[in-house]
Amino acid sequence: MGVGIEVEDLNAWYGQTHTLKGINLKIPANSATALIGPSGCGKSTFVRCLNRMHETNPVARAEGTVRVGDVDVYKDASPVEIRRRIGMVFQRPNPFPTMSIYDNVASGLKLNGFRNKRVLDEVVERSLRQAALWDEVKDHLKSKSGASLSGGQQQRLCIARAIAVDPEVLLMDEPASALDPVSTAKIEDLIFQLKDEYTIVIVTHNMQQAARVAEKTGFFLSGHLVEFDSTHKIFTNPSDKRTEDYITGRFG
Amino acid sequence: MPLRPSRANVGRRQAANHLFTVLAILSTVLVIAPLFAILVYLLFQGVRSLNLAFFTHLPRPVGEPGGGMANSIVGSGIILGLASLLGIPVGIGAGIYLHEYGGGKTLANAIRFTADVLNGVPSIVMGIAAYSLIVVPQKHFSAFAAGVALAIMMVPTVTRTTEEMLATVPNAVREAALGLGIPKWRTVITVSLKTASPGIITGCMLAFARVAGETAPLLFTAFGNQFWPTSLNEPIAALPLQIFVYAVSPYDEWHRLAWAGALVLIVMIMVSVTLVRVVAGRGMLKGGH
Repeated sequence: MGVGIEVEDLNAWYGQTHTLKGINLKIPANSATALIGPSGCGKSTFVRCLNRMHETNPVARAEGTVRVGDVDVYKDASPVEIRRRIGMVFQRPNPFPTMSIYDNVASGLKLNGFRNKRVLDEVVERSLRQAALWDEVKDHLKSKSGASLSGGQQQRLCIARAIAVDPEVLLMDEPASALDPVSTAKIEDLIFQLKDEYTIVIVTHNMQQAARVAEKTGFFLSGHLVEFDSTHKIFTNPSDKRTEDYITGRFG
Repeated sequence: MPLRPSRANVGRRQAANHLFTVLAILSTVLVIAPLFAILVYLLFQGVRSLNLAFFTHLPRPVGEPGGGMANSIVGSGIILGLASLLGIPVGIGAGIYLHEYGGGKTLANAIRFTADVLNGVPSIVMGIAAYSLIVVPQKHFSAFAAGVALAIMMVPTVTRTTEEMLATVPNAVREAALGLGIPKWRTVITVSLKTASPGIITGCMLAFARVAGETAPLLFTAFGNQFWPTSLNEPIAALPLQIFVYAVSPYDEWHRLAWAGALVLIVMIMVSVTLVRVVAGRGMLKGGH
């Protein structure tokens, strides 16, 4: 089951650039939350702070409190533990090119020392089914590389890989922006089904997408969280003028 | 000036295109021809003197006909095996440090610079270094010293290729692994290194082929031996050494054996490089790379 996320006064920097400025928000469990805003507004940085991927960049730095469930991400745990509990799907599909489809899905467990073959088989099948990819790949699970799939299939493979370790939260950083409309629709269907079991945070440039999949939406602008409310409210009756300007296409 | 190409302009471009193609082919021929000539001549000279005894017999004293280089073939195998065993892991380790951990640190830059300089150091200097570091303190020549000398020569090539090949691994692939909660060391070994492995293997093979033919470093370390090797702690025979000794001798019989030795050495290198490629290529998947 998913858990909620509470962020208090989160600030982030890349070198001297202050990219996130005092973010406060509460993301509810077992729902999809969309983050929108123009390029460079800090929404990607924000999700990368949630699972401490932000700090893999040597010049990056973050301060503040992030609580995922009852875990204080920056105090109680190591980045490795945190990332086991918070899965991530990236903008460009990034399957491991040297691994088979099976090994790609199993990698999160296998590379953390999990060896029970029977359980691995089960997890791989269940994850691929959840990601709606099973029927397309079941005949060459171990003979084909993850990189041999089409872009849309690769992204679903990456989603299967992320949910195979049974995370509590799934972060998606523009998961459909490199995909065609058919693949995008499949990914959105998937988000719809997955949000019953996981807390999903999705960064998107596509406002229709946010409106379709998310219960709550946050609008970022130059490092600030301008507005965070129910998706319906954000898109029909935003309380901030800047939000309204953005969603009506007056800038950005 | 009209922006659309005129007929004459297109003709000129095509002519230039042809000219460059011809020049490129010519350069290739110029480079390949001498190498090919050497190989053919070697094959011609070598095959004439090759027989079973060459592979099974020890060298004979001057005047006695026959004899082979069996001990040198085994000796070269031992020395090269030892050099690879020592040089390749150290080289790959240093390459990993340079790309995955070093970043722009001073230590990384120092290692990079040293590796580049080391690559240009004459091989005889490596021999003298191993001589003064190992042979002199131990007071005897040894296969071990020869292995170390060749290993040191392999390290720079292996290090730099490892670093460069790791740089071709997309960062997105690393992030995918880290994002799954896979520890960094594990990510480096199973994801970065694995993805870069075809290139790294090529680098190791280049380094191997290069030191396999080295003679100078062996003069001060392996020294040579007329008998079968029995220990890493004694002088050992090696093909390049034996070829050198036989080639500068005044005896026709020995000259013939030197030709045969050179041919065997080249074939040994070709076989081992091909073998490694075949073995490494077996695990590859459809649609991977």
